[in-house]
Amino acid sequence: MADTKSTDAFVEFERVQKSYDGENLVVKDLNLSMPKGEFLTMLGPSGSGKTTCLMMLAGFETATHGDIRLSGTSINNIPPHKRGIGMVFQNYALFPHMTVAENLSFPLEVRKIGKSEREEKIMRTLGMVQMEDFAGRRPAQLSGGQQQRIALARALVFEPELVLMDEPLGALDKQLRETLQFEITRLAHDLGITVVYVTHDQTEALTMSDRVAVFDDGRIQQLAPPDQLYESPENSFVAQFIGENNTLDGVVKEIKGGVAMVQLDSGELIQAKPINVTKAGERTRVSIRPERVEFDKSRMQDGAFTLKAEVLEFIYMGDIFRTRLRVAGRDDFIVKTRNAPDQIRLTPGTQIEIGWLPEDCRALDA
Amino acid sequence: MSDAPTAQTASSSAAEARIADAAYTGPMLAADGTPLKKSLNRALRLQKMRALALIAPLLIFVLVTFIAPIADMLFRSVENEIVSETLPRTTTLLANWDAKGTEIPDEAVFEALYDDMFYAIEAKEHTKLGGRLNYELTGMASLFRKSGRKVEDMGEVYQDQFEGLDAFWKTGENWNSFMGSDEWLASMAGWTKADGRQPKFKLREGMADVLPATTATYLKYAAFTQNEDQKNLYTTDPWAIVYSSLHKDLTGENALADYAGPAAEQLKAGAAAATSFETVNFSEAFLDIDKKWHDLDVWTTIKAYSPKLTSGYFLNAIDMQKSVDGAEMRPENQQIYGILFYRTMKMSVIITLSCIMLGYPVAWILANLPARQANLLLILVLLPFWTSLLVRTSAWKVLLQDQGVINDTLVWLGIVATDDRLALINNQTGTIIAMTHILLPFMILPLYSVMQTIQPTYLRAAKSLGATNWTAFWRVYFPQSVPGIGAGSILVFILAIGYYITPAIVGGTEGTFISNRIAYHISSSLNWGLGAALGAILLAAVMLLYYAYDKIVGIDNVKLG
Repeated sequence: MADTKSTDAFVEFERVQKSYDGENLVVKDLNLSMPKGEFLTMLGPSGSGKTTCLMMLAGFETATHGDIRLSGTSINNIPPHKRGIGMVFQNYALFPHMTVAENLSFPLEVRKIGKSEREEKIMRTLGMVQMEDFAGRRPAQLSGGQQQRIALARALVFEPELVLMDEPLGALDKQLRETLQFEITRLAHDLGITVVYVTHDQTEALTMSDRVAVFDDGRIQQLAPPDQLYESPENSFVAQFIGENNTLDGVVKEIKGGVAMVQLDSGELIQAKPINVTKAGERTRVSIRPERVEFDKSRMQDGAFTLKAEVLEFIYMGDIFRTRLRVAGRDDFIVKTRNAPDQIRLTPGTQIEIGWLPEDCRALDA
Repeated sequence: MSDAPTAQTASSSAAEARIADAAYTGPMLAADGTPLKKSLNRALRLQKMRALALIAPLLIFVLVTFIAPIADMLFRSVENEIVSETLPRTTTLLANWDAKGTEIPDEAVFEALYDDMFYAIEAKEHTKLGGRLNYELTGMASLFRKSGRKVEDMGEVYQDQFEGLDAFWKTGENWNSFMGSDEWLASMAGWTKADGRQPKFKLREGMADVLPATTATYLKYAAFTQNEDQKNLYTTDPWAIVYSSLHKDLTGENALADYAGPAAEQLKAGAAAATSFETVNFSEAFLDIDKKWHDLDVWTTIKAYSPKLTSGYFLNAIDMQKSVDGAEMRPENQQIYGILFYRTMKMSVIITLSCIMLGYPVAWILANLPARQANLLLILVLLPFWTSLLVRTSAWKVLLQDQGVINDTLVWLGIVATDDRLALINNQTGTIIAMTHILLPFMILPLYSVMQTIQPTYLRAAKSLGATNWTAFWRVYFPQSVPGIGAGSILVFILAIGYYITPAIVGGTEGTFISNRIAYHISSSLNWGLGAALGAILLAAVMLLYYAYDKIVGIDNVKLG
C-alpha cells in the first residue's frame, strides 16, 4: 500500500469514521498520528468514542470509513490475530483455566516458539512485573493488582511494538492504581514500546502520558502534552474536563495587545487571554483555575481588575484549603490555596476582592 | 546476644506473659458468661426450626411418596420370605439335606412338606409360592397348583380309619369335648352367630402333654377356623391333618396311660387300634400327585430359595442363576439382561453425544445474541416442554415410519427408492432420533447458562495474542464451557438411561431399554423382585457415574442455570 504520510508516524488514523447503526457516528473524522515509542492516552467521558477507536486499532471493530495505518501499512483488512498488537483489558481477561505461566505461554505457543525459548521469555517477562513466584498459580488465586500485572506481562511477552490498554486500572483501588501507573510507564519507557492507553481518569492520563487526546462527541477535542492540556485548554470542554475550573460567562468588549476585555453578564469588567474569541461582541466563557485566583491585595499586580466576592464556605482538605465564594452572581466559584504557615484562612461571611493575571484567565468559546 | 543477658531475660519474660494470655484454651464466653458456642446455638436454633418448618411439608411428602417406596422396592430385590414362611418345617429340615448329592430328601421332609402344604392350601398360599418359585424353575407354578387338592386328601386315610373304628371321631363336637377347656365349652354352649364374636378357643389343661402333636395341629385348626373361616368351631368337623397327628401321637410317645379326662376311653381304644392302621408314605403319595416331586431340581430350587434374603433376583438380573455350586451363567439362549444393559448404556452415550453436537452450537448462539433475541430463541428451545411427551413421541412415529413424512419426502426427491425406504422406526435409530430431540433442551440449558458467564473478552484477548478463531475457540472458549457440557451430559445421560415411554413407542424390539423390561416385570409378569433388582442395578450405575463425575469434573462445577 502506498505510503503518502510522513515515515516517522507509527500509528496513524486518517479520516476515520465509525457507525454502528448507520444513523449515528460514534467516531467522527478522526485524525491522529503517533510516533514510535510514544505513550498516548485517549481520555474522555464514556460514550465519547475512545474505546471504539482502540477496538478499531486492535481489529475488533472495522472502520466505517477512513484508513488506519501501522508502520505505514493499512491494517483495515488484517484480522486481529495477525496485527501483532498487545492488549490489556479492563477485566484482565486472563484465561481462568490456565495457570499464570500457561497464560503467558499462550501467545508464544500460537507463534510456534520452542519450549526452552518460551520458558525463558515467560520468566523474563514475569520478572519485569515482579511476579516470578506466581507462575504456577491460577488467576482466581491472585488479587486484582496481581492479575493486572499478569495481564500486562501477557501482553508484553511476545514483544509487540504496540500495546493497547483499555482502562486497565479501572477496577483497582486508588493506592494500587498509583503504583501500577508508575510501573506501566516505567515498563513502556524501558522497553521502548508504543502505548495507546484508554481511560476516563484524568489524573491517570496526566501522570502517565506523553500526549493526551481528549475525546468528546466522537472527536479529538485537543491533543497535547499533559501540561499544555491543563494550562492551555483550547476549548471550554477541555477546560472543564481536565482539572477543576471556574467559569464566568460574558461578552467580549475589545481585544487589544493580546488581552481581551470581557464584560461579565453581571456587569463587571475583567481581563482575559483570548483563545477562541477573535472580535468584540462575541459571547465567551472565561475560565480560571482555582489555584490561580488571588485574594491577597499585596500579591496582585497594580491596576489589576478585581471582582467583589463573598466567602461562603471554607473546606480544610489537609494539603490545601478550598474556599467557595460567591462571585458575579455565581456561588460555585472555588479558590484553592496551599496549606502554608502564612496562609490566610478565610471565614464565611467575609467580603473580599479577588483577582488574577490576565494570562491565567482564558476566554474560550461560549 | 551474650552481651546483654539482662535485657534478653526481661524481654523474654514479657513475651511469656503474652503467650500465657494467648494460650487460654477454654471455651470463649459470651458477654453474659455463658459459653459462646452455646449462646450462638441458642440464637441459631429458632432460625433452624423455622427453616425446617418451611421445608417440612415437602420433606414429608418426598419421604412418604418417594424415598419410602424406593426403599421398599429395593428391599424387594433381595426379600424372599415367602418360601420359609410358607414351608417352615420343610425348609428347616432341608437345611440338613445334601443338595449336591443324587438322593431326593427322605420321608421326614415329605411329611413336613405335607404339613406345610396343608396349612398353605387352607390359607390358599401355595399358588403364590408356586408363582414365586416358577421365576426360578419353570413348572413350579403348575406343580404347586396341581398338588393343592390332592395334598388335602392325603390325611384322609387316617381319618377314614379312625371314623371306621368309632363314629365318635366323626364330629367336631366330640373332638371339642376333650380338646376344649370346660370354661370354653360352657361359653360356646349357647353361642350363635347373632351373639357377635365367637369365644376364643381355649385348650383343655394338660392336653398338650397327653397329645403333643395333635394339640399343636388342633390349635392351628381352631385358630384358622375361628379367624379366617369365621365358622363355628364347636360344630365344625376337624381337618384331615388332625387325624394324622392323632395317629402319630397314639402310635408314638404319649402320656395317655395317666389320662382320665373326657374321651379317655375312645382315645385308649384308638391307641390300641392305631398300631395296626394302614399308614401313609408321604414320599410315595407326593410322587403319585406328580412325579416332579421326586425331581432333584425341584428340591435344589426349594433349598436354594429357603433363606429369607436371596441374591437370586440380582443373579437373574445379570443373566446368572443359583445352582448347587453357587452361581453360574444362564444358558446363552436365556441371556437377555446383559444385552439390554449394554444396549441401554450404548444408546444413552450415543444420545448424549448427539445432544452435545446439536446443542453446543445452539447454546453458543443463544449466549452471544442480545438478550431479547436470546430470550425468544430460548422460548423456542423450551417449546417442546409445553407439549406432552407422548404427543411428541407419537409425532416422531408419524414422521419416521415407512410411509411417514421423511420417507415420503426422500422418495419424492428421488433420494431413496420407494421399495427401499429407510427403516427409521421400531429400531435403535428411531429411539436415538426421538430421544435426542426430547432430551436436547436438557443439554442446551446448562450449556447456555455456562456460556453466558464466559466473557467475550476472553476470545478477544486470545485473538489479540495471536490466536486464530479456531485456536481461540478450542483453547480458550471450549475449556471454559466444559462444566456446561458436563452438567448437560450427566443430566441427559441419567435421564436417557432410565427412559421408558419413548423407547417403548418408537423402539420396537431392538430399540427398547432396560427400563422397558423393568416395566414389564412390574406390570405384566409381576416378578417385582426381578424388576426391583434391575432397577437397583440401574440406580447403582447412575450413582457410580455421578460419583465418577464428581471425582473427575467436580459436581460443584456443574451449573444448571
